[in-house]
Amino acid sequence: MPGMNFQRMGLAAGTAIMLSFGASTARAQAMQHSTEPPFSHEVYTGAVLFETLEYGFGLDGPNVGRWDGQAWYGGDTDRVWLRTEGETTRSGRVEQAEIQLLYSRLLGYYWDIQAGVRYDIRPLPNRAYGVIGLQGLAPGLFEVGLQGFVSQEGDLSARAEVSYDVYITQRLVLQPNVEANFALQKVPELGVGSGINDVEAGFRLRYEVTREVAPYIGINYERKIGDTARYAREEGEQVGAWNFVTGVRLFF
Amino acid sequence: MHDRTLSRRQALGLGVAALAFPAASGALAQPAVGRAMPREFNLTLSHVTANITGRRRPAMAINGQIPGPVLRFREGEEVVINVTNRLREHTSIHWHGLILPSSQDGVPGISDGFQGIDAGGTHQYRFPLVQAGTYWYHSHSGVQEQSGIYGSIVIDPATPEPFGYDRDYIVQLSDWTDETPSHVIANLKRDPGYYNYNKRTLASLVGELRRAPDAAARSAIVSDRIMWGDMRMDPTDIEDVGGYTYLVNGYTPAQNFTGVFRPGETVRLRFINSGAMTHFDVRIPGLQMTVVQAHGNNVRPVTVDEFRIAPAETFDVLVRPRDGRQYQMLAESMGRQGFAQFSLATQEGLPALPLPPHRPRPVLTMADMGMNYGPSGLDRGTPMPEVDAPGHVAPMDMGGMGGMDHSSMQMPAGGSQGMQGGSMGDMNHGGMAGMDHSSMPGMNHGAMGGMAGMDHGNMPGMNNGAAGAGAMAGMDHGAMGHGGMAMPDPLVNDVGAPPGARVLSYRDLRAAKPLYPVREPTRVIEIRLTGNMERYFWSINGNSFSQAQPIQLHLGERVRFRFVNETMMAHPMHIHGMWMIPQVGNGAENPLLHTVNIKPGSTLDIDMEVDAPGGWAFHCHMLYHMETGMMRKISVVNSPRTASAG
Repeated sequence: MPGMNFQRMGLAAGTAIMLSFGASTARAQAMQHSTEPPFSHEVYTGAVLFETLEYGFGLDGPNVGRWDGQAWYGGDTDRVWLRTEGETTRSGRVEQAEIQLLYSRLLGYYWDIQAGVRYDIRPLPNRAYGVIGLQGLAPGLFEVGLQGFVSQEGDLSARAEVSYDVYITQRLVLQPNVEANFALQKVPELGVGSGINDVEAGFRLRYEVTREVAPYIGINYERKIGDTARYAREEGEQVGAWNFVTGVRLFF
Repeated sequence: MHDRTLSRRQALGLGVAALAFPAASGALAQPAVGRAMPREFNLTLSHVTANITGRRRPAMAINGQIPGPVLRFREGEEVVINVTNRLREHTSIHWHGLILPSSQDGVPGISDGFQGIDAGGTHQYRFPLVQAGTYWYHSHSGVQEQSGIYGSIVIDPATPEPFGYDRDYIVQLSDWTDETPSHVIANLKRDPGYYNYNKRTLASLVGELRRAPDAAARSAIVSDRIMWGDMRMDPTDIEDVGGYTYLVNGYTPAQNFTGVFRPGETVRLRFINSGAMTHFDVRIPGLQMTVVQAHGNNVRPVTVDEFRIAPAETFDVLVRPRDGRQYQMLAESMGRQGFAQFSLATQEGLPALPLPPHRPRPVLTMADMGMNYGPSGLDRGTPMPEVDAPGHVAPMDMGGMGGMDHSSMQMPAGGSQGMQGGSMGDMNHGGMAGMDHSSMPGMNHGAMGGMAGMDHGNMPGMNNGAAGAGAMAGMDHGAMGHGGMAMPDPLVNDVGAPPGARVLSYRDLRAAKPLYPVREPTRVIEIRLTGNMERYFWSINGNSFSQAQPIQLHLGERVRFRFVNETMMAHPMHIHGMWMIPQVGNGAENPLLHTVNIKPGSTLDIDMEVDAPGGWAFHCHMLYHMETGMMRKISVVNSPRTASAG
């Protein structure tokens, strides 16, 4: 049951590592609050956010599980990040799973520049990437993430993510988000064409029971484009899919 | 195991005993035996379990109480205070507002030769009391103050006070949270809006639009929303921390501390704001309050209906209830999250009068942004070159003025001494800032909207046309026009009082006995209050405490700090060891304060006679602002010759 193993691995990578990361941030934070002189007043702290931890019911195709999480630890300007995202199919097989380890530095009031590595456990063959990115808050309060990747084979690709929190009430929040992936050249063994590979858009309506725990429902649409879509068709996969999603946003 | 479980009654009962003047508190170890022997006090800090809200939570106490015992001193005596640390961590006690040698000031790593008090250790403080009035003390280590390490100080005057009273109560306001303070910081760091459940929402937008009288108003509402979104700022961010229970002398609103009086008596109330993060708007419906002391110093009595008290401030007021009814003191948090309250009544144990509804919650405007269209790119809050390094002064000369968009934006109401003829020849900027609003008809706030089109050369009331043009040139007219709002008055507090009610401002404070003759400052240092609200770190001139160099001052000089608040939050700025004299337009009678509240987007000049050598802390008294970087060391050194060359 290699699929099961990989599901474990993917989810373990997604949750266990990050949770232990979170625990260590809490410990380190307690240590930093020591009042031993000379005290520096630079506060080191951390957080774990799973923006997405959901199960999607395919409206015209298979069901999927999906996670997207990030954790950081650091001071005012310098931080270390661990990010992970991935997808499983109904059968429990991990289709996609990636982990990123990044260092970030505050570039301006609202923006961090990031650099680090990304490792894709799925799809096979496994790939390692170098990452450079920009993450922050754009005018209008849009959360923006831009990342450029160079794989171990020298292939260049990029990802752009934008999301927005619409506070309907103090606790009911509608979050539209859009993500797009690009590649400079095709990578057939990964089913990646050149140009825009895929676009994903969603609306998630969450209720913040607390800031930490917010169950949500929503819809998500994914569509593969161009050669990437052609590769998918050749594999007998769908190129576009609507999902009704239900999940929980966790923030610690 | 030093932990001690403490019932509320035990903890607070002791506090009450200590409040019953003039009995000395349990802290007094031995009585005075003649003048040679200083009186000795003992304070012991320990972990306790407190139950303020119905939940047993970890806290820290002094002599087993929260607040700690009242320290009642006498002006002119010398005291010895033994502070024993039974906490499992480092600690310190700072005597807020007391004028004493740096070595006794109690800030680890900043006060001369003081590195804090180790766990298990005892530190002996010893200092003479050179002043009288109401003060307080608190831990200056980490965020222990929020956990309960604070108490009050009353220094009886050596000579009779210029006012009389029959009863005397301390009203120590504070804010208690069931969360641990380090948790509060972590929450603010990961989400600065964590505690804000009063955000603007789609629902509130619909409500606003429905109430709007016409299409123009509706479009203004929408464009205001868009503008704040573009600025990436939250106009509802009034108070950073929520979940507080507001206390009076450790009593919750439900417990309702009571001060007893007989009709016709004059009651002195010593208000102390020991809140970690809370500005209180204070009123006693049915009673006027005559402010007789501000920050421990006598002021010319001024009668008000309401006042705002920033963290660390103290105001002593007299009230004269004529009839035997029950009066309710209400201290509403600035963000309208709750009340602290107590009763003045002819007997103990009465239930509190019903609380009124909260006043409307303030919403920030462009004026609170200092007309600045928010941080963009690298300005505001990110590290910038120091402008207050030793020897650097701002402004340095007229040429430098053009680039000073911040300070030149503002015309703080200043001391009239700044406009006195003798100094006009060389027209330094210290003098400029001293321009009195009242002498500038064209500068009144109502007319500010019209400023953009004003002919600067003809500014009425300004008899130095060239200097006026220089100052105005730096004004960002584009920003001024935006929203068409008036510049914020740095001194007026909008507490939401009913029309006609008199609300205290610093302008109403006139020192009864000024300590220092008026003179021109030897230099002006620009102190920009900065921060990153998104990351929740705070700074002075763009540098957090961990990155910053000390501000070096020279013994004997009179320095002017030009505070420019570039943030959207109020910052009560506190300087240890020396008085701040805010230039509020009262000339020689400008008040002497230890903490000056700088409103959002505003500018205020304060003068300081630098007469205390050594290392002094200088910081925002919002506890989490200080802890996340809004702090500096001031070094007062002996080098008169290099004062200007640096």
